[in-house]
Amino acid sequence: MRSASAARAPRSFAFGLPDVAVTLGVLTLLAIVAKVGAGAFAPFTAKITPHVDLDPRNLPYYAARSTLRMFVALVWSTLFTLVYGYFAARSKRGERILIPLLDILQSVPVLGYLSVIITAFIALFRGSLLGLEFAAIFAIFTSQAWNMTFSFYQSLKSVPHELQEAAALYRLSGWQRFVQLDVPFATIGLVWNAMVSYGGGWFFLAASEAITVLNHNYTLPGVGSYVAAAVAAQDMRALGWAIFTIAVVIVLVDQLFWRPVVAWADRFRFEQSAAAEAPRSWVFDVIRASNVPALASRAWAPAADSVGRLLSAVTEARLASRAPIAERKRGDRLFNAAAIGVVVVLSAAALHFIFTTVGFGEAIKVFGLGLATLARVAVLVAFATIVWTPIGVAIGFNPRLARALQPVVQFLSSFPANFIFPFATLAFIRLGLPINFGAILLMALGSQWYILFNAIAGAQSIPTDLREMCDDCDLRGWRRWRRLIGPGIFASLVTGAITASGGAWNASIVSEVVSWGNTTLTATGLGTYITEATTGGDWPRIVLGVSMMSVFVVVVNRIVWRPLYGYAQKRFTQ
Amino acid sequence: MNDELIRCDRLYKRFPLPGGKGEFTALSDVSLSVRSGEVLALLGRSGSGKSTLLRIMAGLIPPSSGEVISGGEPVAGPNPDVAMVFQTFALLPWLTVLENVELGLEARGIRRTNRVRRALNAVDLVGLDGFEGAYPRELSGGMKQRVGCARAFAIEPKVLFMDEPFSALDVLTAENLRSEIDQLWNDGNFPSKSILLVTHNIEEAVFLADRVIVLGSNPGHLRGEVKVELSRPHNRSDARFAEIVDRLYTVMTNPGVAIVASDAVPAELATTHKSPFAQPLPHVRPGGISGMLQLLAEHDAQTEDVAHLSDRLSITADDLLALLETAVFLEFAEITDGDVALTQVGRAFAASTIQSGKEIFRKQLLKCVQLFGSIVRTLEGKKDGTMRVDFFLDLWDEYFPAAEAQRQFETAVDWGRFAELFEYDSLEGVLTLHESTAAAVPLG
Repeated sequence: MRSASAARAPRSFAFGLPDVAVTLGVLTLLAIVAKVGAGAFAPFTAKITPHVDLDPRNLPYYAARSTLRMFVALVWSTLFTLVYGYFAARSKRGERILIPLLDILQSVPVLGYLSVIITAFIALFRGSLLGLEFAAIFAIFTSQAWNMTFSFYQSLKSVPHELQEAAALYRLSGWQRFVQLDVPFATIGLVWNAMVSYGGGWFFLAASEAITVLNHNYTLPGVGSYVAAAVAAQDMRALGWAIFTIAVVIVLVDQLFWRPVVAWADRFRFEQSAAAEAPRSWVFDVIRASNVPALASRAWAPAADSVGRLLSAVTEARLASRAPIAERKRGDRLFNAAAIGVVVVLSAAALHFIFTTVGFGEAIKVFGLGLATLARVAVLVAFATIVWTPIGVAIGFNPRLARALQPVVQFLSSFPANFIFPFATLAFIRLGLPINFGAILLMALGSQWYILFNAIAGAQSIPTDLREMCDDCDLRGWRRWRRLIGPGIFASLVTGAITASGGAWNASIVSEVVSWGNTTLTATGLGTYITEATTGGDWPRIVLGVSMMSVFVVVVNRIVWRPLYGYAQKRFTQ
Repeated sequence: MNDELIRCDRLYKRFPLPGGKGEFTALSDVSLSVRSGEVLALLGRSGSGKSTLLRIMAGLIPPSSGEVISGGEPVAGPNPDVAMVFQTFALLPWLTVLENVELGLEARGIRRTNRVRRALNAVDLVGLDGFEGAYPRELSGGMKQRVGCARAFAIEPKVLFMDEPFSALDVLTAENLRSEIDQLWNDGNFPSKSILLVTHNIEEAVFLADRVIVLGSNPGHLRGEVKVELSRPHNRSDARFAEIVDRLYTVMTNPGVAIVASDAVPAELATTHKSPFAQPLPHVRPGGISGMLQLLAEHDAQTEDVAHLSDRLSITADDLLALLETAVFLEFAEITDGDVALTQVGRAFAASTIQSGKEIFRKQLLKCVQLFGSIVRTLEGKKDGTMRVDFFLDLWDEYFPAAEAQRQFETAVDWGRFAELFEYDSLEGVLTLHESTAAAVPLG
């Protein structure tokens, strides 16, 4: 962004302590990336898979590899978001295809098609670890990108009308509009969304670093594969070190990256009045106190200027000359017909493929398995709601507690639950708890936090004067819940439940089959079905399982969550 | 004509109604021209299509038929001769004052040094020197609008468009900025050749403009123009000034009154024999009408000057006009020559208790607004006195765009509830006849 202004010149050119810190920081970062990144280009043949050493001293290196993967995925997600979101928001026809497509992509379980991706990427990058590397990055990418794209799209759709008119009347070029209006307007939403998606990405990273596809074990050096190796070796101590490492990494990334970014993004707040409480970050303060960014932006300014002019010339504001309405309508009809045609052909092909290879009976059986997993998701959401809502409300009503616990809850929600799975599995084996029920617990480990998170937010949004009114009227206990708290947090609870159930469906693929050493526990469900099909490389069953899960997710969304959400909006918001 | 900068030729603007139920006409047969060296005001109530007209002239939206000629060329797309000052400023909060002002120049491909110089000049002109590096959120509303003006000045447009530029500001700030703009214009070094001002504030129009064009509603049309033939700056204490303001108040509160005696009034005829659902209700609250009538009743004199009333009530001119219009057609008040007087019913309503007030209001609604008789009869026709709201909304939908139909419905419900004619259940989406009045309604 070139908004670092000429009018805000640095106070002095003396090279101070902050400058030393920033320069050293940048150089260190570059060195680490170069060292760690080199490992990704290591030669690799399917015969000799990279070995993961359980010595804890290797963990920093593994953690760096994993973190690098996460950031590369984040960069790709951001680029994808900017391009896809822009066309979805700015092209009427594009919108009609891209948005439903995004909706579908969002409900396809990422871990379900991981096998497809890995096979494709290995074929693409023969003889290099890069293929596996890209497959893992792609898996993380798919867990981040859809959310971010939706957020960007929605921001672009809500750019205030007067600003759009000003942009048109002052004849901003397409490029100018993009960098000075569209992207800045969407930045805050995008940053928050990216932060949440990034947290969710750890789960998929851990799941994609060590995976068995087509009867072959693929391993990438990283914390995820370290955990997998520790499980295979039944090494409790190594597991403990891995969990400690990932906790440290999450905190570091939060402090060194996300907090500064959030603090920086605050300048794009759209409200024209000063904020009550601006987000703060000590790293951002250090960077701002140094002269390095100002010097860099000054050095960069002439180049940025010419690039901007060039791109502006290419995307010059058009003097609108629209096609006559009749012609446009005919074009629209043709476009719709073509779109429907493609959808029909694709679904017919998928159905044909499934029925000619596995048969109708198998589809019925898989539907039954889907019901089993659905039951688990339902129990999980219901139980987590009952348990966490009172706790969340108690926290939300106490501002001091809420402030103190917020980072903790945020940390828990981005902590990859699959790192805890081995302990749970061990407990199930020792206690003899059947995995058919245990799987619910495993799925809950990752997804319950969304419910807690939203219960806190909902409680915080209830105005204090309403609570005082309840005290005044002596409205207590159940009555208070029924009249005030229930309606007050309902909309937030629905949002939390939607997110939690989405996460639970995805988690079912890794939760329904778990192992410790040579013992493997297998639950009955769609997640197991997909995992087994993936391991065996059984294509028709992979397609059938993944499609069935997508159908379940979409149908449940349409007949349960959307109406509930609509009701909450209509009935319980002011 | 040589000094003609922008000309509109028989403009029509129609919007399709939802569900393919025909069209809604926002502007009907509008022709006007903006001449060099004049300040022209477009005066109209909300719904008169004045903002739509401005946007068509700016090339932001295309007309359905007719054309706009600017600088001798037909306008297709954003009009290059025009810069606009927006009602809510339309500043980018992440750019500094100077960067905001530079924006339009940058889009025109002007190099950095030249651009900064011109932007600084414009910032200087609006009195914001010293604030070049500030961000909009650090500025007050009045200063933000100064930035909006500077951005428009910087590109030195032929015509400066101002879309209700002072209506988002508090009274004192608005007055301050208004007189500075006027002064700048009178001094003769204004950065544009003429100004086109859209406003609903009558005094503002008379103070700033050389010519005031009055727009009527439903559909938006030209009612005529008033020339403000006073020496600049226009002096508010001038008797002639007050005369023009009074005249305009009378015109604006009575859709039937001609601006000049000879002007025909075509819009009035069109609405008389239409469906009751075609008649637009002004969006005012019964409590507002009652409050205004009480204030008028407290006043000793028999009549009160409308222009003073606006000051006394300290509400916007648009709200006041809507209240007055409602009071007039419910026969609570009469307006002649810019003076408002209460009728007998109006006095009774002003002096009423809560219950008797509701009764008077109910009587006047049924007597003066066909719509309510129609709704009550429909409800009575049903056995349980209940009807789905969609039925009525569909009727409004035939005459208004969707959002306005919804507002008409909400206003009708508000009035009907106050008058205890019917009840509305927003969850079920049904209207129900009020039980106590079900039997007592005199049908006419």
